[in-house]
Amino acid sequence: MKVITGNRLSDGAVVYLSGNDQWATRLTDAAFFDKADANSVLGAVQIREAEIAEAYLIEVGDGGVLAGREALRETIRKTGPTVRSDLGRKQEFKQ
Amino acid sequence: MYRYDEFDATLVKERVDQFRNQVERRLSGALTEEQFKPLRLMNGLYLQLHAYMLRVAIPYGSLSSKQMRKLAHIARNYDKGYGHFTTRQNLQFNWPALVDVPDILDELAEVEMHAIQTSGNCIRNVTSDQYGGAAADEVADPRPYGEMIRQWSTFHPEFSFLPRKFKIAITASDNDRAAVRVHDIGLRLHKNDVGKVGFEVIVGGGLGRTPYVGHTIRSFLPEENLLSYLEAVLRVYNLSGRRDNKYKARIKILLNAEGPEEFARLVEAEWAQIKDNGIDLLRAEISRIQNYFAPPPFEKLAVESVEMNEQRAVDGDFDRWLRVNTVAHKISGYAIVNVSLKAIGGIPGDITDAQMEAVADIAERYSHDEIRATHEQNLVLPHVKKGDLYIVYKRLKAACLDTANIGLVSDIIACPGLDYCALANTRSIPIAQRISERFANLGLQEELGELKIKISGCINACGHHHVGHIGILGVDKKGEEFYQVTLGGSGGADASIGEIAGRGLSSNEVVDAVEKLVAFYRHAKIPNERFLDTYRRIGAEPFKEALYAAA
Ligand code: SF4
Repeated sequence: MKVITGNRLSDGAVVYLSGNDQWATRLTDAAFFDKADANSVLGAVQIREAEIAEAYLIEVGDGGVLAGREALRETIRKTGPTVRSDLGRKQEFKQ
Repeated sequence: MYRYDEFDATLVKERVDQFRNQVERRLSGALTEEQFKPLRLMNGLYLQLHAYMLRVAIPYGSLSSKQMRKLAHIARNYDKGYGHFTTRQNLQFNWPALVDVPDILDELAEVEMHAIQTSGNCIRNVTSDQYGGAAADEVADPRPYGEMIRQWSTFHPEFSFLPRKFKIAITASDNDRAAVRVHDIGLRLHKNDVGKVGFEVIVGGGLGRTPYVGHTIRSFLPEENLLSYLEAVLRVYNLSGRRDNKYKARIKILLNAEGPEEFARLVEAEWAQIKDNGIDLLRAEISRIQNYFAPPPFEKLAVESVEMNEQRAVDGDFDRWLRVNTVAHKISGYAIVNVSLKAIGGIPGDITDAQMEAVADIAERYSHDEIRATHEQNLVLPHVKKGDLYIVYKRLKAACLDTANIGLVSDIIACPGLDYCALANTRSIPIAQRISERFANLGLQEELGELKIKISGCINACGHHHVGHIGILGVDKKGEEFYQVTLGGSGGADASIGEIAGRGLSSNEVVDAVEKLVAFYRHAKIPNERFLDTYRRIGAEPFKEALYAAA
């Protein structure tokens, strides 16, 4: 399965395309696409220039777990620098 | 210190206004990311993994207290309370919002700072020996030359679209503190037989995918010809450097394709043409710039400070800090203080807003308002009276900036790596932290002596791994982090590129590997021999054996 991710234009924050076609800050809110659909949806969001700086596809496995070659990179994007427990999304998840 | 003239101030102001307008158009969607990206990069604004990153230039590494306070202010109000000093004497903010960047640039302009020449295929900010105007061993102050190069290269129309980025570094002593042999152009200040000041010009060094130690193409260039000669080198490169392949576009590739002699001949021929075209500054202008860097009003002091010696006798930690972190000053009774940004287990080069303010306060009161950034990701207070060293030490200690490890095993250079960088293969910082913790004992570190570990998270080599006595390069192996160890590199006067030791190691193995190498060195060294010298004396093989021996 694929998820569409990007960096929000205004502040660069990591975002994921959600089911209601909005940008969500949590991977758990992301919409999953199969390969065939993913590319056409990506094409459609990439032209929403005023929302995101960059959008691309990432791979997720069952239950939305980050998978594939870029899993570590995407995990770090999802949660913030591994060397700063106080920064990134770790805080939000603790609540 | 150099102050902006009206021309500079207008230039920077216009650039900020222009960028503010571009950001507005980008936010409205009028500019696409594709159109905007080159514009933001020209203003030092990158997009990294979690956010934008703004790279602020610190030309030749010189900062005033006021400028440092401004960086603290930006870190606190627009970022997440810290900044990161890089191997290019820049400061990076890791979390600025695009909407705030024009305001940040305005704030920087208030203290004559900017983010120009921190990105793109132009002549980047010149880097320098950090002890300019202070070191006992300096031939001449390198900063006026840095400033001349800054003025000449900023927005130079002919060189704003080079085949690739272009880095110039200057060192002011035989003891190379600016890694001049691994830059596109390295300049070493020295005096010729009749005592005239000039430069050894070294071209075609560089790290990255194809590392090279540079070649000396001119052993003595009179100081007054600096700019015309640089222009000749740049012209040869701009004309003949490859533009078809990004990885073959640096001057090092051209120089090695032509051969150093032929390259030198081309430069000399070009120089003969342009030498008298008025590129070089007139003597009066050189003196004017040198006057900006006139020494501060030093006091007449005894060589030794009784007070300092009393304190070092009773405070062992202070004594060690003096031995390890201070350097001889050219003026009697003064010392150069290195401020380590490598706390044990900390993030190399990171500094909090409060620490920036502490350094600014100390510099204002005890170092003639001067601060320097080093390419090894530390800071320097260049002019401290020996009698003030104890209070300076105490105040640094209160700010957790007293780690006595300059040049030692835990003074590790590490690039941001996969914790921040969009280009990274692997993380660098956690490896640095774990090595630093493994060798936490400062007494042991001092006993080990100079040992330079440098870590890069990808082949771009921002962490200078090729010139580490022990270099560590992150490589991606099917999505897993692996690390390749290189041995025997040096970025100093005895520059060399490290050799690959063998198969890649996992992140756990690599920390053990460093420990094994160090243990072997302790066993193999002769008294007072540095790690690098032992390696050079006995060769790679025994080190490799020690590294890969079954546990
Ligand atoms: S060496 Fe690679 S990973 Fe490290 S900062 Fe440079 S580009 Fe990023």
